[in-house]
Amino acid sequence: MLIELKDIIKNYDNGGVITKVLRGVSLSVDEGEFVAIMGPSGSGKSTLMHTIGFLDKPTSGTYLFDGEDTSSFNDDELARIRNERIGFVFQSFNLLPRTSVLDNVILPLLYNTSKANQESRAKLALESVGLGERIHFMSNQISGGQKQRVAIARALVCDPKVIFADEPTGNLDSKSGATVMNILERLNKDGRTIILVTHDRGVALHANRIVTISDGQIVSDVLVPESERIHSKEIKEDE
Amino acid sequence: MNNFVKEIKTTIKDLLSRKGRSFLTILGIIIGVAGVIIIISLGSGAQSLVLGQITKLGSNMVGVLPGKSNENGPPTAVFGVQVKTLTLTDVMAIKDKSKVPNATDVASFVSGNITIIYGKESVDTSFTATDGSYVRVQNVDIDKGTFFTDEEGRSGANVIVLGYDVANSLFPNGNEIGQIVKIKIPNTNESRGEVSSSIPFRVIGVQKKMGTVAFQNQDDQVFIPFSVGQRQILGIDYVQFIRIKIDDAINVKPAMKDIERVLREQHRIKDTEHDDFSVRDLADAIKILTSITDTLRIFLGLMAGISLIVGGIGIMNIMLVTVSERTREIGLRKAIGATRRNIRNQFLLESIVLTFTGGVLGILLGILISYLIAIGARFAGYDWVFVISPMAIILAVTVSIATGIVFGLYPALKAAKLDPIVALRYE
Repeated sequence: MLIELKDIIKNYDNGGVITKVLRGVSLSVDEGEFVAIMGPSGSGKSTLMHTIGFLDKPTSGTYLFDGEDTSSFNDDELARIRNERIGFVFQSFNLLPRTSVLDNVILPLLYNTSKANQESRAKLALESVGLGERIHFMSNQISGGQKQRVAIARALVCDPKVIFADEPTGNLDSKSGATVMNILERLNKDGRTIILVTHDRGVALHANRIVTISDGQIVSDVLVPESERIHSKEIKEDE
Repeated sequence: MNNFVKEIKTTIKDLLSRKGRSFLTILGIIIGVAGVIIIISLGSGAQSLVLGQITKLGSNMVGVLPGKSNENGPPTAVFGVQVKTLTLTDVMAIKDKSKVPNATDVASFVSGNITIIYGKESVDTSFTATDGSYVRVQNVDIDKGTFFTDEEGRSGANVIVLGYDVANSLFPNGNEIGQIVKIKIPNTNESRGEVSSSIPFRVIGVQKKMGTVAFQNQDDQVFIPFSVGQRQILGIDYVQFIRIKIDDAINVKPAMKDIERVLREQHRIKDTEHDDFSVRDLADAIKILTSITDTLRIFLGLMAGISLIVGGIGIMNIMLVTVSERTREIGLRKAIGATRRNIRNQFLLESIVLTFTGGVLGILLGILISYLIAIGARFAGYDWVFVISPMAIILAVTVSIATGIVFGLYPALKAAKLDPIVALRYE
C-alpha cells in the first residue's frame, strides 16, 4: 500500500467553535491507482487531499505513507516528502508571476537535495507535457491550458510517486481540460499514482476508482468499470 | 555556493521587477548612509583643516593667557572675559634669559576694533598690537615694505602694517607705502560731547594675501606697535596674550614649567590651585580641538545612526507588505517542498540585498556630496582636504547589512511561519 489512512479526524478550531471536517476517514490507495475523490463543496474532500498531501496534519488517526507512519514527522521532514515524493497541481495553477516557464519548473529543484542538472531535468519535464518549445516564455504570456501543463511539469520534475490534482480543469475550457486530463492519464499509464479531487463526474470518470465523500465521511468507494471510463484523446492545441 | 549565487540573482531580478518600490524602500538607508559618510568626511576634513592651521604656526610655540583654566578646557579669555592679570612686567620676566633660558623670542599682544581713514575712504577692521618680534613668532609674509622693527615696536612709533584686504580698500591703486592713514579712536566719552580723536600712522608694509586661518580672515586686519595699541588706542595697562618661541620643540615642556614658575613668582602665587594665568602649547590646543570635534562627530554620527534606524523600520514595513502580498507564493513554495528555513532565508536575503544596495548607493551619494563640499570649501579659500576613510565605508556597509538582517528578520520569520494551506487559499 502506498497510502493508508486509518480513522483520520480533522477538526478546525475557530475561536472555540469546533468544526468537524473529517469524521473518521479510512482509505487505502495502491501504487499505480488513479483515484478520483468526489463530493459537494464543504464535504471535506479538499481537506482530505491536503491531509494526504502533507499540507495539513490530521487531528487524530494514523497515516502510513509508503509503509512509514508520518504522524511524528516534523516540518522539515514533511517539506522533504512534499518535495520528493509527491507533486501538486492546483486549480489556479499557482505559477510565479514575472518568471519564465523554465524557472517555474526549476523551482521545486531548488529545494531538492540533488541540485545537479536542474535545467535539463526541467526541460525534460516540460517536453513530457508538450511545452518543450515555450520554456523561455513568461508565465503570464501563455494560455490557461499551457499554464496548467507547466504546473504539471513542475509537479513532475522531482519524479514523485503521487500526483495530487485539485480541480485541475476547473479554470479551463473543455479543450484545454481534455489535454490536461490526457496528460494525467498518460502519467498514470506510466505507473504514477494520481489522486484527483473534483466535483465533475465527467472528470472523475477518467479515474479507475471513485471515492465519494460527504459530510466528512466516505459514503462510497467504487471501481469504475472499464466500459464507463472516459479517455481523453491527445488534442493538439492551436499553439 | 552556486545555488547561493543563483538565489541572489533571482532576488535581484525580483527586486528589479518592482524598481520604483525597491528604490523608495531603500531611500531611507541611502540617506542614512550618505549622512554617515558625509559627517565622517566633513569631520575629518574640518579637523585636518584646523590642525593644519595650528601646526602651521609651528610646534615650538607657547602661549600665555590671563586667567586660570582647566587643563583640557578652553581658557576663559576665549569666552570674551577680560582678565587683567598679565602685565608688561611679566613679559619682561619671561624675556629674562636666566629665568627662561629656552625662550628665543617673546611677543605680547593686545587687539581690538578700529576704523582706519585715508582721504575719503574708511575701513572698519581689527588691529593687533604687538612687538617687532612678531615676525619671528609667527609666519608673516610681507608683500610690500617691511614689518616694524623691534626698535619701532619698543619706542611706540606710529607705524602700521596693513592686511591685504585693508590695503586694497584704502588704496585701490596700490602705492600704499609711506602714506599717512588715520586711526579713529573709539571714544567712550563721545556722548558727553567730547570729539573722538584720531592718530596718524605711516604705512610701512602690506601683508601678503593669507586667506582664512582658524576661521579668521587674516587679510582683514592691521598691525601696530604694542605700546601704541595698548596705551593710546585701548587705554589699558595689561597684556591680553603672550606668545613665546622656544629654541627647540623638545624644550617646549620644560620651558612651559619655567614660564609658569616665573609667573607665579611675579604674581606671588604659592599654590598652583590659585594660578591666574594659563600656559599652553600647541599640543594642548590640538588636544582641546580634537576633543571638541570628536564630541561633535559622535553627536552627528548618532543622528545619522538614528536615521538609519528609521530607514530600517521603513524596510521592515515594506517587507511586511511584500510578505502579505506574496502569501500565495509562499504557500506554493511550501507545497512544493520549501522548508521554513528556505522561506526565511529567501526574505532575509531580499531585505539584505535591499539594504546592501542602499548602503552602496548611500556611500556613492555621500562621497559625491562630500566631494562637492570640499570643492566648495576650497573655492571659498579654505585649504580643505577631501577625506574618505575606508573605515567609514566598511562601517556603512556593515551597518546597512546589519540593518537588513535586524529589520528583515521579523517579516522573514512571519513568512516562514505561514501555514501552506492558509497561504494557498489566501486571496
